[in-house]
Amino acid sequence: MKVSVTVNGVPQEHEVEPRTLLVYYIREVVGLTGTNIGCDTSSCGACTVLVDGESVKSCTMLAVQADGAEITTIEGLAGSDGQMHPMQEAFREKHALQCGYCTPGMVMAAVSLLKEHPHPTEAEVREGLEGNLCRCTGYHNIVEAVLHAASTGSVSA
Amino acid sequence: MSLVGARVQRKEDPNLLTGRAQFVDDINLAGCATMVFVGSTEAHARIVSVDTRQALGHPGVLAVWTAADVADLPPCPGLPGLERPLLASGVVRFVGEPVAVVVADDRCTAADAAEMVHIEYEPLPAVASLGAALEPGAAVLHEVLGGNVVFDSGFGDDGLAELESAPRRASLHLAINRCAPSPIEPNACLADWGPAGLTLWATFQAPHHLRNRVSEFFGLSQDRCRVIVPDVGGGFGAKINFVPELFLAPALSRALQRPVRYTQTRSECLVLMYHGRAQEHDVEVGFDDDGHLQVLRVRVTQDQGAYPDGTGMGLPVLTTAMAAGCYKIPKVAAAWRNVVTNATPVAAYRGAGRPEAAYMIERVIDLIADRLGLDPVEVRKRNFIQPDEFPYASHSPLAVYDSGNFPAALDELVRIMDYANLRAECDRRRQDPSAPLLGIGFSTWLEIAGFGPPGSLEGFGHLGSWESVQIRVQPDGSAIIYTGASPHGQGTETTFAQIAADFLEIPFERISVRHGDTAVIPQGIGTMGSRITPVGGEGVKTASLAVVERAKQIAAHVLEAEPADIELTGDGFAVRGVPSRTVPWSDVAFRSFRPLEMPPGLDPGCLDVTVFQQVPNFSFPSGAYGCLVEIDRETGQVGVVDMWLVDDCGTVINPMLAEGQVHGGVVQGIAQALYEGVQYDPDGVPLTTTLLDYLVPSAPGLPAFHDSRINTPTPNNSLGAKGIGESGSVGAPPAVVNAVIDALSHLGVEHMDMPVTPQKIWSVLRSPR
Repeated sequence: MKVSVTVNGVPQEHEVEPRTLLVYYIREVVGLTGTNIGCDTSSCGACTVLVDGESVKSCTMLAVQADGAEITTIEGLAGSDGQMHPMQEAFREKHALQCGYCTPGMVMAAVSLLKEHPHPTEAEVREGLEGNLCRCTGYHNIVEAVLHAASTGSVSA
Repeated sequence: MSLVGARVQRKEDPNLLTGRAQFVDDINLAGCATMVFVGSTEAHARIVSVDTRQALGHPGVLAVWTAADVADLPPCPGLPGLERPLLASGVVRFVGEPVAVVVADDRCTAADAAEMVHIEYEPLPAVASLGAALEPGAAVLHEVLGGNVVFDSGFGDDGLAELESAPRRASLHLAINRCAPSPIEPNACLADWGPAGLTLWATFQAPHHLRNRVSEFFGLSQDRCRVIVPDVGGGFGAKINFVPELFLAPALSRALQRPVRYTQTRSECLVLMYHGRAQEHDVEVGFDDDGHLQVLRVRVTQDQGAYPDGTGMGLPVLTTAMAAGCYKIPKVAAAWRNVVTNATPVAAYRGAGRPEAAYMIERVIDLIADRLGLDPVEVRKRNFIQPDEFPYASHSPLAVYDSGNFPAALDELVRIMDYANLRAECDRRRQDPSAPLLGIGFSTWLEIAGFGPPGSLEGFGHLGSWESVQIRVQPDGSAIIYTGASPHGQGTETTFAQIAADFLEIPFERISVRHGDTAVIPQGIGTMGSRITPVGGEGVKTASLAVVERAKQIAAHVLEAEPADIELTGDGFAVRGVPSRTVPWSDVAFRSFRPLEMPPGLDPGCLDVTVFQQVPNFSFPSGAYGCLVEIDRETGQVGVVDMWLVDDCGTVINPMLAEGQVHGGVVQGIAQALYEGVQYDPDGVPLTTTLLDYLVPSAPGLPAFHDSRINTPTPNNSLGAKGIGESGSVGAPPAVVNAVIDALSHLGVEHMDMPVTPQKIWSVLRSPR
């Protein structure tokens, strides 16, 4: 089946098997490997991307279901000048990543969270990131980073 | 300004944050095929037949191998006579054990074809727990053993006389839950065997360790075998094991003359990646009326799973070595035995044998406090080894404690948690039936880290216990550090650069750290056992000082002074007392490659120094953790409300990274205490094969942490650093469980096994008293 999407502002059009998951389409057809896969039950959120501005676990969606959509992956978050997005900066400043495998999905989920709740409480940040697992940080510094990004008011997806 | 001790941001982060990291599955080689395992659906069975014809006929399938196809290859490295086969041969011994491997053009085709491999089994009785494996007449996994016990140390001195004469005695049976390490990146590898030899990419913690074993396995000389460890999505000790795919992918690549990749799914990871913990302890303790420990007798039974692993066999050795924790116990009698079961093999998981020891002794202390009606803080203080008693020889020759200040750590903990007020609140809540219960738990833990002195890692199959560091000053005065350390989230590129910047006085921004490629880095050991800062970090200092010593000779030559009069200035070299006579680092570095511009006695390239750093002893990080839990009286719902963490890892290179290590370990510890536990049914069928069943916690329900620190440097390296990678996972479980037991102590509860689930608590709350 044919799928036409925009990924990080670049139009893409490919023939894919109907069963192709969006995450495999992004990684293996479009060739953007920043989005990672950590499970097969939509539990871990490592594959989180933005589809039309909303965070989606890209393993829960078929590529053909995204037809016509605008997709943003971690590679598309930094500015065209290479300047990191404020959420990426906040993650670095607060040491909110260690191995970095969950990080792309976590950052995308956090960007989406602040878009919906620009001034969340700590509890709201924790609830908002419930679908994303990190095995390294214990979440403490991830929560700090999201609260920090919110406090600077500089995050808009 | 010294960078050691500064909260420096990580060099690793920009790549990881922008999607530019490269994990194994991100690597795409032309013509790459994918292999998928066909795993056993039986825990213990004879393989009657394997029919691969349908799978082989499926379009896109390149090969289907069974045990018969690898008969000319050795088994996985393991215990002689008990090695795990590459593919199950004749008998399967745990659910998930690979029986066949399918290779196809792409992963979907391979997965489709794997379902077309038809295997007929003749089930055998399964032993899915230690209890079942040790029953008289139990089914035997390995005939050569004649039973299921692989090794039994027995008691040397059994401590029974001391127990007999102790004024008071207590006993405790602990079942310590089997945990799945669950890095978010499962196992993956990619093999490319061409005319020039083999290149193997793998998500692993010890590249040379793997290179040497793979090379030996195939009889391939080590120069033609290259292991590349790219970015690694977490390891936690589970990526040091010689699992079949690490040998099958190269064998298939050689046979098919194509690159072959393997990427585990999470469901496969939960049954194939080696598990951790899985011990039972039989504990007896003798003490006096004031709570002084007199004798501890413990027998550790280690579940090895289906195939005993070299590291797995060593886990109870570490547990028994650390059994006394931070306490003076006049008599410790410890024994262990290793037992096979029809379950996933067990090996290292963050802490590897030490969390079990800390959990046992910290539970014992609380049991004594409860029996005597004493405050658990007081019982700890009465038994502590004192700061002036180091080095302290414990009951184990392995464990000569280097340094510590246990009373100071506990005092600091009691201070930051405002213990007296917290205790009053717990008591108030207990009297108010409408309020949830609160409980306070302590853990004053001690662990063995900084692996290690010569001979220590060799016992686990490693080439040595040193770590390699090579510093190569570049012609422009920047520096590259190559190391056998193989970090996977620890931030070693940052901490090593901090140490080097201090001793080389080359700017942090002009120092890069490279690792993870056996064709480039000197022979190394790897990242495990909280060793990289105390061993590798010390190596960075040693190599830096050697580089500076030579650089000063070049600078002296330029400045026409004596090397002894040359000093580092932060951006170059100067003659002591004559600040105007300077030469920049870049000039000295450039000259180090130009023999005509160097002093006699030095050779070109002399600012290239390799060190194989040894240390004389283990290090012993310690700490005091406090935990506050809240329990709903109606549902048994339990949660950690607050957690206070006082760590002592000696000198800290980067406090931000040290805290990060502690937080991550603590959450793994909380998870072991409350949520996680690999479950098997009595037939050995795993019940926790997805992240919906195996509860790796997410952010809600976890607390923010209160961090604090004391600092007693280790005398075993000149930095004074002890290592901190495993501290949290050692210290947290007893703090959490002690808090739960504290909350329920008015009901007469003395112990509950991990994970302490709401169901278990609800049963206690509902049971008639």
